[in-house]
Amino acid sequence: MAKIRDMIPAFELLQPTSVEAALNLLDEHRGEAWVLAGGLDSFDWFKDRVKRPSVVVDLGGIAEMHGIREVTNGLEIGAMTTLTEVVRHARIRSEWSVVADAAEHVATPQIRNQGTLGGNVSQDTRCWYYRSGWPCYRAGGNTCYAAAPQAMNREHCIMGRSRCVAVNPSDTAPALIAVDAKMIVESSKGPKVYDAEDFFIGPAIDITRMTVMKERDLLTRIHIPSTWANAEFYYEKVRDRGAWDFQLVSVAAAFQKEGDRITAARIAVNGVAPYPVRVEAAERIVVGTTGDEATAAAAGEAAIEGARALRHNDYKIAMMRNLVRRAVRSVA
Amino acid sequence: MDQSEALGVLEQKYSRRTFIKGVIATGATVSSTGYLFRGTPLLGAAAFQTATERLLSLNVNGQVRRVDVLPHETLAMTLRYKLGLTGTKLGCDRAECGACTVLVDGVAQYGCSMLTHQVRGRAVTTIEGLEDPDTGELSTVQKAVMDEGGFQCAFCAPGFIMSMTAMLQDNPNPTREEAAHALSGNLCRCADYDKILNCAMRAAELARSV
Repeated sequence: MAKIRDMIPAFELLQPTSVEAALNLLDEHRGEAWVLAGGLDSFDWFKDRVKRPSVVVDLGGIAEMHGIREVTNGLEIGAMTTLTEVVRHARIRSEWSVVADAAEHVATPQIRNQGTLGGNVSQDTRCWYYRSGWPCYRAGGNTCYAAAPQAMNREHCIMGRSRCVAVNPSDTAPALIAVDAKMIVESSKGPKVYDAEDFFIGPAIDITRMTVMKERDLLTRIHIPSTWANAEFYYEKVRDRGAWDFQLVSVAAAFQKEGDRITAARIAVNGVAPYPVRVEAAERIVVGTTGDEATAAAAGEAAIEGARALRHNDYKIAMMRNLVRRAVRSVA
Repeated sequence: MDQSEALGVLEQKYSRRTFIKGVIATGATVSSTGYLFRGTPLLGAAAFQTATERLLSLNVNGQVRRVDVLPHETLAMTLRYKLGLTGTKLGCDRAECGACTVLVDGVAQYGCSMLTHQVRGRAVTTIEGLEDPDTGELSTVQKAVMDEGGFQCAFCAPGFIMSMTAMLQDNPNPTREEAAHALSGNLCRCADYDKILNCAMRAAELARSV
């Protein structure tokens, strides 16, 4: 038979069947424990031997974290719900289509069948210096290889940098910000609710994490409130390959209208900063207008205020401006 | 679910020791851990005492197979190196190429990027399980691939065929574009995509005419 290729280094696999049991395990093992959702971020880390946890807590057996439930004010999506389930859910498709649209843009069918919504928003950055195990700031070292003079940084950030210049890779993150989703994070101390845009953090807050979650925290569900149901939505993701790829820049937007006037707007862009960026300056410009060409152009310019390119990614500034412009223009 | 519960009862009924004795006597289980770990420096398999029961009953291609599975072992590893089902290929081993695509409860997933312990109590179908178990008749998709001769080296073929099978379950009447989207999780390094799409469309045609 063929030669054995490669094994993931050994770990202890724990498969709790309730959130409570999972939280107890996280308390018990603290920093040693790795939380496993769909595994599509985790297994790459393990196989590359960059992250070598001794204990892996698999959430797959926790029934209460699966599925989409109707609640009084909207929908509640269990963090372990697969992206395919999100894409196919009738109410999400009709009332919050931007979320289904974004989930459909994640990677490949096989990955959407296994990858979870909770995992998609909690995944780590894809900066290849960091992923390859270089001892950069984010990995606890004292330099950023991606911002060095010779660095290849075409996919890195144009804003929000603070020593680290990586970007958030999630496709669903900007869509969840656009619909004002709430992230419910539980720990043994009790649940906390975060607005989607506050769930993601930049390196200025903590360079080793992408989200507010610390060890012993678990994202258990995501609440999509009715507030933005049936708004006018826009989603666009620009990537190198048509079939599947991480985003270069993506935009998700929601607009509420009265007649042809925009009364409220939420616009989020990902791929431009270490966290998905809500562009409130552009939202303010848009409200009260019809989303005409002049407004769209002004919103685009407002969105890139303060953007600063690295050596190889100045195209992202124009791309971000144009995507925001297109999002606004779609309303008119 | 019923099945896993039933298996749980079985496990209680027969102690591990008597089961292993039985296996040794009958040779019913594929046991290849010896060669799997020979000379692998990264093992340390025994370093952690695990709470996970290593002896699993896996439902593969409609058969229940008993197999000793490490906690950190991927499904593709178990299928290929312990159950001898080498139709499931390992290309990238990073959830990118799709050569390891199998069906788990009828849904296409990457066998390289899930732990075997995550499919306990679920039904796994590999390329070996597509043909009719009694007559050996090929599945509709396999026949379509034979008709169209869609692959060059065909290393990626099992993965593509599994994806096509899953696609036809979800969408029996795909357009060429929809088929391309449904097969986007599989790569062909011979870049034979046009012919592969011919296969997919032919498979849909055959499935409709059945």
